[in-house]
Amino acid sequence: MSQSDEYQAHRLHGIWALTNRELKKWYKAPVIFTLSIIQPILWMGLLGKAMNISALFGSSSLMPQSLTTSIAASLASHQMPALQIPGFMNDLGNLFSGLGNTVLKNTFGTTSYFSFMAVGMIAFTALFTTAFSGMSVVWDRRLGFLNKALSTPVSRGVIIFAKVLSATLRSMFQAGIIILIALAFGLTFGAAFNPIYLLGVFAIIFLVCIGLSSLFIAITIRSTRMETPMAVMNLITLPLMFASNAFFPTSVMPSWLQTVAQFNPMTYTTDAIRQLLVYDTIDFTKVALDFAYVGIFAVIVATIGIVLSWRYLSK
Amino acid sequence: MSEETHFYGSETSEDVIRTEGLTKIFNSHLVAVDHVNFDVKKGEIFGFLGPNGAGKTTTINMLITLLKPTEGNASVLGLDIRKQDNEVRNVIGVVPQEYTADEDLTGLENIFLCADLYGIPRRIAKERADELLTLVELIEFKDKKVQTFSGGMRRRLELACGLINRPKVLFLDEPTLGLDVQTRTATWNYIRKLKKEYGMTLFMTTHYLEEADVLCDRVAIIDHGKIITIGSPEELKHGLGGDSITLAIKENQDVTPLIQKIEHVKDVRKEDETYRIKAEVGEVTTPLIIEALRKNGYTVTKLSLTEPTLNEVYLEFTGKSMRDAEESREAAMKQRMTMRRARA
Repeated sequence: MSQSDEYQAHRLHGIWALTNRELKKWYKAPVIFTLSIIQPILWMGLLGKAMNISALFGSSSLMPQSLTTSIAASLASHQMPALQIPGFMNDLGNLFSGLGNTVLKNTFGTTSYFSFMAVGMIAFTALFTTAFSGMSVVWDRRLGFLNKALSTPVSRGVIIFAKVLSATLRSMFQAGIIILIALAFGLTFGAAFNPIYLLGVFAIIFLVCIGLSSLFIAITIRSTRMETPMAVMNLITLPLMFASNAFFPTSVMPSWLQTVAQFNPMTYTTDAIRQLLVYDTIDFTKVALDFAYVGIFAVIVATIGIVLSWRYLSK
Repeated sequence: MSEETHFYGSETSEDVIRTEGLTKIFNSHLVAVDHVNFDVKKGEIFGFLGPNGAGKTTTINMLITLLKPTEGNASVLGLDIRKQDNEVRNVIGVVPQEYTADEDLTGLENIFLCADLYGIPRRIAKERADELLTLVELIEFKDKKVQTFSGGMRRRLELACGLINRPKVLFLDEPTLGLDVQTRTATWNYIRKLKKEYGMTLFMTTHYLEEADVLCDRVAIIDHGKIITIGSPEELKHGLGGDSITLAIKENQDVTPLIQKIEHVKDVRKEDETYRIKAEVGEVTTPLIIEALRKNGYTVTKLSLTEPTLNEVYLEFTGKSMRDAEESREAAMKQRMTMRRARA
């Protein structure tokens, strides 16, 4: 019964089987799949629409209706017929509204906070999806599947990389969904937008997810209990999120937070996506730098993560 | 694959598994397995017995290349478990204690997943899956989700998965943990079939002594990381001093000297009217005793023959004290989970 005559196992065999095993748990479970789509809608609704930052800077808040009417009334009461009141008021309104847009544009790079935030949402979802990849390792260990896989000739690296890859593919799919939903909710592409840039968007999501999920797996691979990855997730994800430009530009942050944000790969990811999707003028040098930073982050963290996990798995 | 893997080094040597001073020390102080030496012969069912935390699972995990030995070495089918770990993985089958099959997938999809882990092309996997699912009598459930399977069906599916690469040695960790008597007996039959029809060598750990007794050709009892005794269940039981025969006669005379002279009889004690006899092959000796007594004009009124069980052997070697809190949290949890799911 010599098997080697019948087939030759590829060095990377099993990678798709293991990745697909992870993905099936998601796309074959209608509830989980639906929830993973509803989640970003909820967040976008809460952060993008309820916390309507555009309104704070918009014409109506800088120049409320009551103020306009009172100015108009006082002008009228002073009998100044020389002034074309409606025209003047319009000009005044336009001035303030223009001022608001300038403020918005200077702060967020786009006049629509929603567009700004929706991009942050993509990064947010990527972060959370990859954070769960650490949990799936612990789960596989508890179910005995990890040992089962380790007793087969599938490479240790493949076992880890399949986890990384499945979290990454999931995040990329969700990013696509978010972009579609955000468009329906009123995301406006920047003036320089070209559909081909979407490839760039997915490329940077791919890179950051590879890095992040390797990081989470490396942190949690030794743990035997569910609580550890949960605690790690809670500890890392939110600070990573808010110490970045995902929901708020770094320029208005205190300087210490700016320093933190400067090292945070999430900052570079969101910046690249914003440049490519919603900014009116794209600074390609900056986009290239973003890609370089996230790319280096991904390569280094994934290498460390996979090597550490590998060594741990072949203890 | 290299040229040697065609032969696995096994066709010439009788020992399928051989360990030499196999040792595992965790965290540089906890000695889980302590210089263990044993051989498993080709085509035999070898049982590994021992209390919780005795080192059974650690030993099996080293043999299936999940753990690297701290000291010593072992070979499986002539392959070095340290240096040729991937070759070892190719030629062994593993049926873990846990239920590892994915509940959301069908039986067949689970088998395909296992096949993919061995890099078996789908075309070959399909043929083998049909054959294996027929063997474990799951063929009519192959397209049903594993969620709907009973504990026994899941166990059989695990068995089929462990056979997908046509292993020469199959490692079974607690193959009948938590199963009911019917399912357990059925599982034993599959295991015997593998040995008989496929000439497979099987290495199993178990808690159930009657399982080891009826199934294994040889057993090793391990405790505190050391092998205490190895032998066939028969040898071990006889090592305890043989079978006990109890008899009484009608006549009020002491026949102790008479019985003592009979072949195989090792010890006779008279307690009131009954004689307690220790003899080596009870089923042969008993008729001899009756014969001798009759010839001398005695009438036997009461007679019983009991063979020692493996239980007694086990308790003799491992002591009667219970083993609490010796197992790791993880191992205990896994075992509970397996028991729960077996009943599902």
